[in-house]
Amino acid sequence: MVETRISRRNLLAGLGGLTFCIAVGNDGVRLMSQAQANTLANAPVTPWVRIAPDGTITILSAGAEMGQGSMTSLPLILAEEMDADWSKVAIEWVPADAKVYGYKDPFGTEHLMWIVGSRAVQLYFNQLRTAGAQVRKVLIANAAQKWGVDAATLTTEPSVVVNPSNGARLSYGEIAAFGTIPASLPEVDPKELKARKEFRLIGKSVPRRDLPAKVNGSAQYAIDVKVPGMVYASTLHSPVHNAQPDIWDPGKQDQSTVAAESWNDAEVKAMKGVIAVVKLANGLAVVADHFENAKAGRDALEVTWKKARADGFDSRRALADYVRIHDDPNAQTAKLEEKGDVKAAFAGAAKTYKAAFQSDYGYHAQMEPLNAVVHIAPDKVDVWEGSQAPDESRKAVAKALGMPEEKVDFHQCYMGGGFGRRSLGDYAAECALIAKEVARPVKLIWTREEDIAQGMFRPQSFQCLEAATDASGKVTGWKHCVVGDGAFLLITGIKIPYYGVPNQYLERRGVSHGIKLKHWRAVGHVFNTFAIESMVDQIAVDQGLDPIEFRLDRMGATPKARKVFETLAQMADHTAKRPDGRALGISITERSGSLGAGAVEISLDRASGKIRVHKVWVAIDGGVIVQPFAAKANVESAIIYGLSSVLHERVTIKDGLVEQSNFHDYNVMRMSDLPEEMHVQFVDVDTRPTGLGEIGNPFIAGAISNAFFRLTGKRLTHLPFMPERVLETLKA
Amino acid sequence: MISFTLNNQQVSVDADARTALLWAIRDHVGLTGTKYGCGAGLCGACTVHVDGVALRACQTDIGSVAGKKIVTIEGLSPNSSHPLQKAWLVEEVPQCGYCQSGQIMKAAELLAKNPKPSRADIVAHMDGNICRCGTYHRIIAAVERAAREA
Repeated sequence: MVETRISRRNLLAGLGGLTFCIAVGNDGVRLMSQAQANTLANAPVTPWVRIAPDGTITILSAGAEMGQGSMTSLPLILAEEMDADWSKVAIEWVPADAKVYGYKDPFGTEHLMWIVGSRAVQLYFNQLRTAGAQVRKVLIANAAQKWGVDAATLTTEPSVVVNPSNGARLSYGEIAAFGTIPASLPEVDPKELKARKEFRLIGKSVPRRDLPAKVNGSAQYAIDVKVPGMVYASTLHSPVHNAQPDIWDPGKQDQSTVAAESWNDAEVKAMKGVIAVVKLANGLAVVADHFENAKAGRDALEVTWKKARADGFDSRRALADYVRIHDDPNAQTAKLEEKGDVKAAFAGAAKTYKAAFQSDYGYHAQMEPLNAVVHIAPDKVDVWEGSQAPDESRKAVAKALGMPEEKVDFHQCYMGGGFGRRSLGDYAAECALIAKEVARPVKLIWTREEDIAQGMFRPQSFQCLEAATDASGKVTGWKHCVVGDGAFLLITGIKIPYYGVPNQYLERRGVSHGIKLKHWRAVGHVFNTFAIESMVDQIAVDQGLDPIEFRLDRMGATPKARKVFETLAQMADHTAKRPDGRALGISITERSGSLGAGAVEISLDRASGKIRVHKVWVAIDGGVIVQPFAAKANVESAIIYGLSSVLHERVTIKDGLVEQSNFHDYNVMRMSDLPEEMHVQFVDVDTRPTGLGEIGNPFIAGAISNAFFRLTGKRLTHLPFMPERVLETLKA
Repeated sequence: MISFTLNNQQVSVDADARTALLWAIRDHVGLTGTKYGCGAGLCGACTVHVDGVALRACQTDIGSVAGKKIVTIEGLSPNSSHPLQKAWLVEEVPQCGYCQSGQIMKAAELLAKNPKPSRADIVAHMDGNICRCGTYHRIIAAVERAAREA
């Protein structure tokens, strides 16, 4: 069980033992002794590892936990190099201080704690190994001094320093009772880190530490937090995104007068238990003694909203308009990549191909609706939230309240799903404003209906792909244009570094609708990979080649891609005849440094248009796998997430309003649609870990559509493949 | 004031009879293992037992459970020792974990009336409970294990 109310003072004050701090110096983030840390004026210093005389080793984890397991895998990496006895390791959350506990932003200069884009293990790996190795060196040095021997002659077993020459042993706990930490921690050369064959923890699969609390109801999510004197808030945001309640013109009117005209203020305030109605940037919050009363007040609100950008927005019409934007030679474009001479490749092509694809908006549908608890005390603010980016959330709350970040204590909670939605701190900031207004601790819970209506969504998109082949059948030219809203969200996964096509031109044509958009388990990879791999399959079919053989020979697959394809071929036996009425489709995807080749076996009910996926295989190069069992579960989760989105999930917007409102019309996959078999295999490599949280998702769409073609001779070109769309495709 | 038995304890809740059992359990009594997912009886995250029957607490008014026996995840066993809870850990079912109280309570209802369910029985019984992390295959494996080892 994770203690979420961690106090750094408690940790530093210590119960005796050794505390290894982490601090930011001019030379970056590093581990140091408490004594040394104390000499640094104004340096942000907090503990990371503490060894108590009873042998308990407390390791702080920056791995925000939404089910992917990084709360356990990050401390495990440190424990590995430290040679800790895992059964003696306790895990606590790190404070939300990115300067101290963050990783360096791979796309910038700042330190971040965002657990997004499958980053946790990938970006903390080296940092944690080095820290663990330093702790081990200090423990060995203390034992060496005690015994009067050369430290180089000593070794360790889990939580014990051993002298092999005489069998003397000192446990880490015993050392913690007398040991000291040198002012300067020992340097660790990467060569001194353990070789893979020496790992006792990495690659062995220890049980995730969050599991026991998740089978008896004791796991604490933010929605479960209770603070004395707490009241409840339920929000009604503008049904059209980003509209304000139609309210005052500053300087002209008194807010209280206008409020009554903009919404039925008096009526709602008179309802049972209602304490206040609070105006927010683009909505209202009803505050009451209990949530059911707050929600009843919220449901009774009648609000006149101001005009918003998205008024009248129609997602279907917009999607159709993307085609026109693509055809418009004068449309503004953003070049994403240009390689070789694309014009020449197409001009001299033996054959060219062109295909267009579309994709609808998608919703995260994390099971725990967005919520937060905020308590504003005279001297500080406490925030409880399950956040993928606690540093960002803390910042958002501080900004909303106009307070310095140092005054905001962020308490991390388990997340009931994240999938990219929980990294802004927007609802925590909203809760802070409400708490300030009513001057009481507040728990804000978005209803499921709010959660869907407000998105934020994976953008809808249109893509046009063109390919050119030479006389030998090799793909020599490649063009991919993606059209839609969402800028950077739209382009993830559009590059094809796993293929060796020499001449490429990739572009984005942007529009803006005023609809709230967000990262979504691999976001752009979903529709970009779908388009890319459908196109590749089309050429393979045209050339009469096996889809894997084609990708290896004619797409110039890299050695890494070759390896995952070959592994997949073995796993799925993809050339074998499938049972009657079934077909196999192949696809590949990269994400966060990992590469995965996958296949699905499907059947089709031609009367209803329902596609059934029976078997799924995926071969992944994810570098060294820290927690294989959890990693496999994570990939399986992404497969299901992918199947669900590809076969069922669709957000549409009409007259500016999101048309779906709950799980009856936003259909997520249920148990009866589960494939009979899912096979996940990691290729055996010795490279640094790469991201695994999303790699199982983006290949699904292409694999299904390619299988569908083999079954029917028709191509599905619009995500998701709902039955009615499948029927249309069959008729076309 | 409405009284009922919650995990073998008499409790009284001072709320309107139309208040959803979900909020009575979570906020008035303070047992938070039962979760709010959709508020519309569509996801099963709030599943509890009322006189042995798995019901959606978000769709059950407290007025309708006066005098009845309610069991939540906290009352399923005193120490996570129910065969399903043990199997859930062995199969490492939970990911985010948010739906799992409801999943376990729903599965417990099945095993109580059908100790040796087939895979089809399990799927038919559990199909109303959404798991967004997609742990369905592990849920099936855990129910089968619990049936085997109970």
